[in-house]
Amino acid sequence: MELFLQQVLAGLATGGIYACMALAVVMIYQAIDHLNFAQGEMAMFSTFVAWQLLQWDVPWWAAFVLTVVVSFVAGIAVERIVFKPIRNAPVLSHVVVFIALFAIFNSLAGFIWDFTIKPFPTPFGTAPLFGSGLVSAHQAGMIAVTLLVLVFLYGFFRYTAVGLQMRAAALNPQSARLVGVRVGWMVALGWGMAAAIGAIAGLLIAPVVFLDPNMMLGILLYGFAAAVLGGLDSPGGAVVGGFAVGIMENLVATYVPVVGPELKLPIALVIIVTVLVVRPGGLFGRVHVQRV
Amino acid sequence: MDARAETRPVVSPAARAPALTAGRAILLAGLVVAVALPFVAKSFLVFQLTLVLVYAIAICGLNLLTGFNGQFSLGHGAFYALGAYTAAILMEHGNVPYLWTIPAAGLVCFVAGFLFGLPALRLEAIYLALATFALAIAAPQIFKLSPLEHWTGGNQGIVILKPDAPFGLPLNQDQWLYFLTLAVAFVMFWAAHNIVQSRTGRAIMAIRDNPIAARSMGIDTALYKTLTFGVSALYTGVAGALGAIVVQFVAPDSFNVSLSIAFLVGLVVGGVGWIPGALFGGLFVLFVPNIAEHISKGLSGAAYGAILILLIYLMPSGVGGLFHLLARRMRRFGR
Amino acid sequence: MPNFAKALSYAGIAVAAALVAAPASAQKKYDPGASDAEIKVGNMMPYSGPASAYGLIGKTIEAYFKKVNADGGINGRKINFITYDDAYSPPKAVEQARKLVESDEVLLIFQSLGTPSNTAIQKYMNSKKVPQLFVATGATKWGDPKGFPWTMGWQPTYQSEGRIYAKFLLDKHPNGKIGILYQNDDYGKDYVKGLKDGLGDKAKSMIVAEVPYEPADPTVDSQMVRLKASGADVFFNVTTPKFAAQAIKKAAELGWQPVHLLNNVSQSVGSVLRPAGLENAKGIYSSYYLKDANDPQWKDDPAMNEWRAFMDKYFPDGDKTSSFTVYGYAVAQTMAQVLKQCGDELTRENVMRQAANLKNLDIGVLLPGIRINTSASDFYPIEQMQMQRFNGERWESIGDVMSGEVGG
Repeated sequence: MELFLQQVLAGLATGGIYACMALAVVMIYQAIDHLNFAQGEMAMFSTFVAWQLLQWDVPWWAAFVLTVVVSFVAGIAVERIVFKPIRNAPVLSHVVVFIALFAIFNSLAGFIWDFTIKPFPTPFGTAPLFGSGLVSAHQAGMIAVTLLVLVFLYGFFRYTAVGLQMRAAALNPQSARLVGVRVGWMVALGWGMAAAIGAIAGLLIAPVVFLDPNMMLGILLYGFAAAVLGGLDSPGGAVVGGFAVGIMENLVATYVPVVGPELKLPIALVIIVTVLVVRPGGLFGRVHVQRV
Repeated sequence: MDARAETRPVVSPAARAPALTAGRAILLAGLVVAVALPFVAKSFLVFQLTLVLVYAIAICGLNLLTGFNGQFSLGHGAFYALGAYTAAILMEHGNVPYLWTIPAAGLVCFVAGFLFGLPALRLEAIYLALATFALAIAAPQIFKLSPLEHWTGGNQGIVILKPDAPFGLPLNQDQWLYFLTLAVAFVMFWAAHNIVQSRTGRAIMAIRDNPIAARSMGIDTALYKTLTFGVSALYTGVAGALGAIVVQFVAPDSFNVSLSIAFLVGLVVGGVGWIPGALFGGLFVLFVPNIAEHISKGLSGAAYGAILILLIYLMPSGVGGLFHLLARRMRRFGR
Repeated sequence: MPNFAKALSYAGIAVAAALVAAPASAQKKYDPGASDAEIKVGNMMPYSGPASAYGLIGKTIEAYFKKVNADGGINGRKINFITYDDAYSPPKAVEQARKLVESDEVLLIFQSLGTPSNTAIQKYMNSKKVPQLFVATGATKWGDPKGFPWTMGWQPTYQSEGRIYAKFLLDKHPNGKIGILYQNDDYGKDYVKGLKDGLGDKAKSMIVAEVPYEPADPTVDSQMVRLKASGADVFFNVTTPKFAAQAIKKAAELGWQPVHLLNNVSQSVGSVLRPAGLENAKGIYSSYYLKDANDPQWKDDPAMNEWRAFMDKYFPDGDKTSSFTVYGYAVAQTMAQVLKQCGDELTRENVMRQAANLKNLDIGVLLPGIRINTSASDFYPIEQMQMQRFNGERWESIGDVMSGEVGG
């Protein structure tokens, strides 16, 4: 029983990482109606920018704000420069461009900052929380920031004009344009926000997993899984999904005999897919009804 | 991620007739070149071209599923791995002659693909993407699983002997494998072409274009979708078996996620929903990383990405899109 | 050749006098890849993909050969080092190896990295009779002169190292309860096998938990919680640098203080222990054969100073905190020595003969007392290691140089 509780707590702590990334995934999905495979690498690159600022003796929170702003602008720039010219290309061509961006950011980061892991400082301290060491102060801080971002996103999409316009632009671009929404700029804004949230995620994750150009390879998949499990149009669902994936993965590794430890991710993914088969919109998402 | 509406090839029926005759000529010329090449090219290039054909077969399978049926897959590397392991295990533990392992791999993958297609029926495009992506992640981990180690060789993988040309044909190993792969590729592409042109093919495409309308016309969408998944996996599995024989080695590290992603990139670059596109896809998958590396070792990834973006700018619908555009222009010019 | 002798002393290679005087055959003999002007040496590294951290080794070797060429080359011939990216993918490795052998026509392939990639090309290299020298993996299978006479490893095998830890445990903690964290691939499993073989009958009773992780896992937190819960008081940490740093940090956070054995893959002070927190790393045991660049005890070491001068001049962008740059430097020196011994008979056969004829070669950046020895029946160049303990600031040697005695 004690092991069970420990694994749940440890899963919660790791789940915070996934929840963080899942929010960025939901953000981009709300803006462009599909997933961005380069998102993890963009977040990693932002984190390196922050690391570079810290090397230049910029205080932590100042580096945080600067990085988020820079990432926001960079996200908009990526949309304007890379995606605007191919706006009418098929979706799969966009997916391929995501893959291209993935390769570019990964390679650039390795070229500029090399592949050796780098420690990334935390503003929350490393003291263990509750004495057990299962959740560190940093991880608690990370979860708190994630929840703050969640509240912000919830409010943004529900109560602000821009947020509502963005959703309209993603769901039905033609109609949105007819009612005066500047769809192109909404998409760009969505990219900027997704990049900014990704940067926050990167800065919070790096103190736990260490910073290197490949740090997001695995995490992005967990972020996708969490977002999909919770429902891609529900920021709250994504966060719950993140914690669920973290806990589920640990329990599979601990309690599934023989193959559990070796297959914890695949088994967790099978569970998620099963959930999706039963509830195609995710736990908290809405099912899209298709009209003829 | 609405793959359906946008993957439709931009070709009108009227455009087909002249393209077809021109297509025949191109096909014939291509075949002549393909047969002559191994006698003039270096062994190493013959080996590379064999791999191009292997990847082309795999991409052709993905094209049947994604391009013609509108089902999205990020996990075809898993079927490729399954085919490769089926062939390797049959040779290693069953002493099965290598030629027989190719259809066996196809069969195993057909069943696996069909079974995977059943739950996939319930999944919308983006969720299917995640499910197939999960498959790509899981495959190498399953093949190195300790309880299966006796069969799969675990992390060490299985080393395969390279076959000699049969009947005393005056071909070296590379040339023989090239011709074998070429023959298999020819049959597979020809079959794919026929499937797409047939009544079945029209049903498959109707499901892509409008599933509800297709269902109301009496098409058994569930059956066709799962069957397409199976056939698509069969293609990729055959490619996997050939790849294993050509490379002489299977190991979990050969089949990670980047393989599945390479197939997808190859599909899009070649042209979604255009059968010959897979050949261009195969060329891209094999040669573009080498070109990128040649441009800059430290920034090979960036060079690769830049080439890819450039290609999409020039040909938003891949080589296939460009081909159709040119065919239309030529027809207009001819009038 | 006074110039070359000078170059050698710069390089920090001190060879037994008898070897320096070894007579080169009077007649010049060449295989593809060698000529009066140059020697083509091929190589493959994962410059891209998830294992790209290792690419640093290839870049270091490239820089080293640049230095050799600047100093006049080897027996008057320049080294043409051709290195390709195999992305840690076996099919790509086969393609690149064939490109090197058939298209670039190299004399040999040197330091190709990774067990999967090297396994994929081993049969090809041996059937083509092209040397596959000093491969960058610690698997045991590279020292099989009967089965694969054209393949040779370099570093101590993972299994030998596992055995060294077993010896240490049987000696110091015979009743320890061992928990193992290992990477779920050939490298991780080889270490575990070495440890088990070394423990012999006691393996069953001493090992209480074996927990794998995947290289794609974000963290090893869950694994660490399990290991602590297993009641283990000895922790065998078989992880690559990033996960090693995570595990060391997590153990400290959990308040778990076992006897901690860390594999040498992740023994670098600069790129593992410092990120993990030097305080947390205090008391960790490991074994090693190379000098650590960030270890204060080698601050004024002449060989390490030569290495630093080399890095400053030929590889200024290179990471001096990483052990890979020291490793690349050392293995490239071994290669240079083999080519030098070949004299004017630069045939593939002679390359293998000379590679199997290294006698007490002392590479300066190896730990004191560790020498490179090979023979026609011994294809394991480095077989000795030194147990070390981290004192919170630097590694301290414990006991004598040990030998793991696997294969060979």
